[in-house]
Amino acid sequence: MNTILHAKQLSKSFGAVTAAANVDAAIEKDSIVGLIGTNGAGKTTFINMITGYLKPDSGRIHYEGRDITALAPRDITRIGICRSFQIPQLYASLTVFENMMIGIGVVLRNAGRGGFFSRGRARVPGHDLPAEEVAERILERFGLAEYRDRNAQVLPGGVRKLLDIALTLVARPKILLLDEPTSGVSAEEKFAIMEMIMQAVRAEGITVLFVEHDMEVVSRFAERVLAFYDGRIIADAAPQVALADAEVQRYVVGGVLRA
Amino acid sequence: MLAGGQFLPQWLLFLLTIALAKGLVVLGLLILLRCGLVSFGQALYYCIGAYTAGLLGRRFGFSDLAGVMLAGMAAAGAVAFVLGFLLARYRSIFFGLLSLALSMILYGLLVKTEALGSSDGFHVVRSTLFGAHPADGWVRYAVLAVAAIAACAAAALVHRYLGTPLGRLAPAIKDNEIRVEYMGASARHAIHVKYVIAAALAGLGGALAAATVGHIDPEMAYWTTSGEFIFITILAGTGSVIAPFLGALIFGIIQTVAFDVSPNTWQMVLGSSLLAVIVFLPNGLWSLFRRRFR
Repeated sequence: MNTILHAKQLSKSFGAVTAAANVDAAIEKDSIVGLIGTNGAGKTTFINMITGYLKPDSGRIHYEGRDITALAPRDITRIGICRSFQIPQLYASLTVFENMMIGIGVVLRNAGRGGFFSRGRARVPGHDLPAEEVAERILERFGLAEYRDRNAQVLPGGVRKLLDIALTLVARPKILLLDEPTSGVSAEEKFAIMEMIMQAVRAEGITVLFVEHDMEVVSRFAERVLAFYDGRIIADAAPQVALADAEVQRYVVGGVLRA
Repeated sequence: MLAGGQFLPQWLLFLLTIALAKGLVVLGLLILLRCGLVSFGQALYYCIGAYTAGLLGRRFGFSDLAGVMLAGMAAAGAVAFVLGFLLARYRSIFFGLLSLALSMILYGLLVKTEALGSSDGFHVVRSTLFGAHPADGWVRYAVLAVAAIAACAAAALVHRYLGTPLGRLAPAIKDNEIRVEYMGASARHAIHVKYVIAAALAGLGGALAAATVGHIDPEMAYWTTSGEFIFITILAGTGSVIAPFLGALIFGIIQTVAFDVSPNTWQMVLGSSLLAVIVFLPNGLWSLFRRRFR
């Protein structure tokens, strides 16, 4: 087993509410993992702890053998763990292309390129192409080329989701955490969006953890499922096995059906 | 300006030089404003630049114009570097009011410091230029020439900076700091750098103003001085690095004409002009030029 990320006994409480209780999960390199659970089960808290937005009350997070528990979100991003958000976090006043260029600028800067004294067009590390070309390519891959010069705040919901995810790819992450990539998207668009994301991440060899409420999407795209309930992982198995689990049926799948 | 300046009347040379000095301060405010930050206390650094220039002449007999301008810039930048650790943590109204408070602290200190002339301030030694003492009729022109070169250099450098990845982060910080952090950049660090650049420009402008006016006093740190810089920023717009200088020049012209025509109500004329710009040109005077060149 080639573990890339290991969350060890993570616990997190908000007052009397326990959002994570000794959550332990080892994620293998190049795997596609679906995180399921009802609202408040601890999925987003898990992602927030991995990406440094929340610090666990106890437990450690190891990435490629290195303890990253105390790192700030920007430092975690720099070492290869990127995330998208349930509500897309875009630069609303800028165009789609400018959004991409801001992200690419950060990658260039972190690599010490494209600074005040740089001459000529710097090549983006990991892509080995000039910035504009990297932006165009990623936009094309996500079918966003036609929105290139549109302002981010006027984009349709599905396009905003895709742009949020496309932004994470400029840094060539090794792990991508997607928080409900298909929420707020029509049923017809869901599979198309997931297909597009999976094609992109498979091409780049990225390990993916995605939060999802639609069990059809989970069983089709995930290779492994972590089912959360009340801040605990109640099942950790292949989709067919996890979704058939009695506890998962009772607390997760049933919960979704009730909702 | 360099070629024709020698034929201009003294009052116009003064007006142009002061416009360049204030334009330098506003150029710094432009950088901050693009991040969504409004400093109500930029006069702090304007005053530090001016007092640095004044003290170098008074205490050490050093009055070389280029030297005192660089010293004013360095002193303001150094103070901003220290205060930036605090200021870069705050946003919106908190940033604005904290910057205002700091400038008023300096004002209070200067007013109470007799060694620096208290509220009267003190005279600034006449400028020299690389060891030369320009003749009476040439001093203002010499100062204007140096100011023009400094302003062009500052505008070019800031333009270059705004094109770098760090410079381009400004609208991103204004829009969504969470995304900036999750792209792998530190918004706080970027704001700190911009704050120091803005302060250094204000220090440069303050030293230039001290050399031009020949007198400095604590009013340079007073909140009305900061308000004047904000006024010019809104008047000019943030569309270009040239806009601050244009705005400062038009501000100077309106102020001079209004004072001449209506000495008791000149502020009303200024206020009305700003109101007209806000209503008809919400992106400032620079939008007139942008439309023309589009």
